Amino acid sequence: MAEEEARSVTVVVPSLLAKVMDDQRELQVGLEEPATVAGVLDRLAADYPVFGRRVRNELGDIRRYVNLYVDGEDIRGLDGTGTHLRPGQELLIIQSVAGG
Amino acid sequence: MANGATTLLAIGTKKGLWLATSQDRANWTLSEPHFLMNEVPSIGIDRRGDRTRLLVGARSEHWGPTVFHSDDLGATWAEPEHGAIRFEEEDGAALERIWQLYPDAEDRPGVVWAGCEPISVWKSTDGGEHFELNRSLWNHPDKEQWGAGFGGAAAHSVLPSPADPQTVHIAMSTGGVYRSTDGGQSWTARNHGISAYFMPDPNPEVGQCVHKIARDAAKPETLFAQNHHGVYRSDDNADSWVSIADGLPTDFGFVMLTHPRTSGTAWVVPIKADGERIPPEGHLAVHRTNDGGASWTRLSTGLPDSDFNAVLRDAAGVDQAEPAGVYFGTRGGSVYASADEGDVFVEVASHLPDVLCVRAATLG
Repeated sequence: MAEEEARSVTVVVPSLLAKVMDDQRELQVGLEEPATVAGVLDRLAADYPVFGRRVRNELGDIRRYVNLYVDGEDIRGLDGTGTHLRPGQELLIIQSVAGG
Repeated sequence: MANGATTLLAIGTKKGLWLATSQDRANWTLSEPHFLMNEVPSIGIDRRGDRTRLLVGARSEHWGPTVFHSDDLGATWAEPEHGAIRFEEEDGAALERIWQLYPDAEDRPGVVWAGCEPISVWKSTDGGEHFELNRSLWNHPDKEQWGAGFGGAAAHSVLPSPADPQTVHIAMSTGGVYRSTDGGQSWTARNHGISAYFMPDPNPEVGQCVHKIARDAAKPETLFAQNHHGVYRSDDNADSWVSIADGLPTDFGFVMLTHPRTSGTAWVVPIKADGERIPPEGHLAVHRTNDGGASWTRLSTGLPDSDFNAVLRDAAGVDQAEPAGVYFGTRGGSVYASADEGDVFVEVASHLPDVLCVRAATLG
């Protein structure tokens, strides 16, 4: 278990997304190639297709008012969905402040 | 209307769906909101077969658009895991909004049409759980001439002909009316007679901003159109259009409704002008014609004396009862119902979010 966690990242999702992910707010996702944000999202979307559609559109773009942070840094300021992940990092998904 | 029949009124708003029910179309019970904080610009009530299916095109500002369906009048909702409407990678596009969900004719069970943003038309043969993109329209050579109205570039009206399964009319803003006579394999612009005053050539083949079209139930070759300034009728399957705006206070508006059975009866809700999108002089009224647009009757009994809110293109509907019920909602969140074809309205709800879509059906 410890070895598995050592090769994984923690994905944290808001409650609205947890509803389509068996009510899990935190998920451990193994780091396989490509060890990027996109790769982790792909693996989660394979298990939870509705999650995949909520976070990215058909073009693979992160939806405009969805923000992703790697250890607190917005991926839009890094390499976007191509941002590389290291074991033990946290990928936080959160809706942005939007709407009237 | 049969004694004991329940009327269902589905109200899609900027921030959720409400379901109202009534036994007499005068006294209404309003549900709690469904899909709170999702806009609901499209609703289909599919009464074909032995069940009533509600189809809802919802869109979250955060999480995007999706189609939900319910076979228990909204007690529970479902959505296909991979989405009912979804572009393929080869299409190079992403779904923005579902503007129209339209169950086909009674003798075509399972067939549901969708009109979407970006401008696209989709067809389902399984009751709205999976739709296929109409690629003939998607790859249409006119496409570069289509544009976006203020609300976005969308196919907002999809009208399969009940008389001929090969004939389908659609309308888009902006682009105008298109018709297929081969079941959607090809599409041709059908805007002759519809003005586009906002373009360099005010009478182009393509580029009209048609706000809504509706089909005459008794004469399927007759259609009505509310345009971005202009109200029209076609008696030849949309080959040509003639103005029927005389007798209306203004030719601007979004709504076009036709009677579920009676030929020549239609309703519009005039808005003052493109540059002044309020009811004329702040007096909300529905206008009805019983003679194909030759004359119009102003109907405002039961409506407020003063209201400065517009009624959007799909924020109005009719039921199938006798006499027909007429329903509409405003951007100010008021919803009105008439059990007598518009003669008298009652308020169903008030202070809801902006009303985007209203659909009604008489349940068993």
